[in-house]
Amino acid sequence: MTTRATRRSALPGFRITMAFTLLYIAVIVLVPLLTLPIKSFSQGAAFFWDTVRDPRVIASYRLTLVASFAAACVNGVFGFIVAWVLVRYDFPGRRIVDSIIDLPFALPTAVAGITLTSLYAPTGWFGQYLEPFGIQAVFSPLGITIALIFIGLPFVVRTLQPVIADLDVELEEVATSLGANRRQVIFRVILPYLYPAWLIGFGMAFARAIGEYGSVVFIAGNMPMKTEIASLLIITKLTQYDYAGAAAIAFVLLLLSFALLLVLNALQGWSARRLGY
Amino acid sequence: MSSHLRTPRPALTEPRAVRVALMTVAMAFVGLFLVVPFVFIFVEAFRNGAQAYVEAIKAPEAVAAIWLTLVVAVLCVPANAVFGIAAAWAITRFDFRGKRLLTTLIDLPFAVSPVVAGLIFVQLFGRQGWFGPWLFDHDIKIIFAVPGIVLATIFVSFPFVARELIAVMEASGREEEEAASLLGANGWQMFRRVTLPNVKWALLSGIILCSARAMGEFGAVSVVSGRIRGETTTMPIQVEILYNEYAYQASFALASLLALVAVATLVMQAIVEHRGEHRGQSVAATASAAPTGAESPL
Repeated sequence: MTTRATRRSALPGFRITMAFTLLYIAVIVLVPLLTLPIKSFSQGAAFFWDTVRDPRVIASYRLTLVASFAAACVNGVFGFIVAWVLVRYDFPGRRIVDSIIDLPFALPTAVAGITLTSLYAPTGWFGQYLEPFGIQAVFSPLGITIALIFIGLPFVVRTLQPVIADLDVELEEVATSLGANRRQVIFRVILPYLYPAWLIGFGMAFARAIGEYGSVVFIAGNMPMKTEIASLLIITKLTQYDYAGAAAIAFVLLLLSFALLLVLNALQGWSARRLGY
Repeated sequence: MSSHLRTPRPALTEPRAVRVALMTVAMAFVGLFLVVPFVFIFVEAFRNGAQAYVEAIKAPEAVAAIWLTLVVAVLCVPANAVFGIAAAWAITRFDFRGKRLLTTLIDLPFAVSPVVAGLIFVQLFGRQGWFGPWLFDHDIKIIFAVPGIVLATIFVSFPFVARELIAVMEASGREEEEAASLLGANGWQMFRRVTLPNVKWALLSGIILCSARAMGEFGAVSVVSGRIRGETTTMPIQVEILYNEYAYQASFALASLLALVAVATLVMQAIVEHRGEHRGQSVAATASAAPTGAESPL
C-alpha cells in the first residue's frame, strides 16, 4: 500500500477516471459480493453453521479440495516437463505446441466438459481402453480430476516458462565447470531457482480448480456424497429455492478462494525478493 | 502465449536419451489432454455429415443462441474496455493511498467461482433478492432475462482489459504524457496522440481475451439464464441443453463454433503479441516481469 499522500501530477483526468473506476467496481463487484455474507447469515448464525456442516456439504467440499489438489499435482509434474521441453529443447512444431497450451484458457468450459465426458465414456475414444481394466472415468472422482487437469495445465506451464527462460545459463556453466554433474546442476542449481514459480503455478491451478463448474458438471455425474462438487451443490440449493443455503456454501467457497489468493500473493512477494526483482 | 523459446546449448543439456524421453512425455501429455479433445469436437460435429452440421447450426434455437451470445459480447466488451482504460489511467498515472488495494480489487473476479458470480446477481435482482420486490412491481426482469446475463458476464470478464493496460502503462512511464501536457496538449489530444498509440496492442489483447471469455462463459450465465429457449440461451447454454437431450451431434456442432472462436482468439493473441513486441511493447508484461504468474486466466 502506498503510504504517500496524493502527489500533484502534471497530468489531467485523475478525478473523473478515479470516480468512474470506483463507481464501476462498486456496482459490478463490491455490492454484489457483499450480498453473500449478508444473505448467508440472514437466517441466523445457527442456520449458517448447520448448512455448512451438513454431511453432504462437507463431502462436496472434501471432494472439491481433493480432486483440485490431485489435478494440481498432476499438472505440477507434467506442466513442469512441458514447460522445460518447450523452453530448452528444439524440435519441429515447438511453436505450435507452445500456442496450443493456452487452449484451456480460450475454450469455453462447457465445450471442454461435453468433450471430455464423451471421450472418457465407456464407449468413447479413451474410455473403451479403460473399461477392460475396470476403471470408470466418467461419473467418478477420477473424471472430475481429469477435467480439472485440463483447465489447470496452462497455469503451471505459463508460470514456469518465463522463469526457465530467465534462468541464467552462466549459473549452470559455473556449476558444471566447478565439477558438478548434470544431476547435481538440476537438483542444486536449477530446481531451487524454479521452486517459487513452480509453487505459484501449482497454487493458481489449484485455486482455479476449486471454483470450476462448466468442465466438471458433465463428467461428474453429480451423485450426492460421491461426485457432487461444491459449485454444483450451490446450483442444486438454488433450484430448491434455498437461497440462504446456497449463499452459505458460496461464502465458504469464496473465503477459501481468498485465503488461497492471499497465500499466492505472499508467495509472489517472496519469490520476487528471492529472484532479486 | 509467451515466446520464451530459445535455442538450447548442447553442452549444457541432458543426455540425449533423457531429452527424447522428456519430449515424448510432454508431447504425449499435450496430445492426450489438449489435441485429441480438440479434434474430437469436430469429429463429433461432422459425424452425420456436412449437411447435418449445417442444419444443426441453422436451427432456429441455435441461431437465437448465436445471436444472443454476440449481443452479450457487444454489450460487455466496450463497458469493460472503457473501465479498463479509466482504471489504468488512474492507477498508473497518479499516486494515491490504497493503490495496491484497488489493483487487488480489480483482480477479484478471477478468484470468484463463476457459479458464485451468478449467484450474487440473483441475490440482488432475483425475486427474493434485495431489489426483487421493487423490480417485480415495476415489471422489470433482470434475472432469467438478458440484463442478468449481461451483468454476470461483465463481472467474469471484468479484469482482462484493465490488467493488460495497467501492466503496459506502468512499464512505459508517465514522461511522454507529461511532455505532451507541457507542450499544451489537452487531455483528449494527449490520450489520442500519445497514450493510445503506445498501448494499442495491449488494449487489443485485453479486448480479445475479454470477448473470448464473454462469449464462452457458462457457469455464471447458467445461474442467471433460466434457460428460456430462444430467449435466454447463449451458445454454451444451448450446447448444454442439446447435450442433456442426447442431441450429441447438434451439441458438438454448436460447440465447434465456440472451439473456432477459441482458435481465433489464440491466433489473434499470437499476432498481437508479435506486433506488440516489434513495437517495443510487451503485451505479456505481466508474465515477463516478476514471475507473477500465468497471464490472463480466462
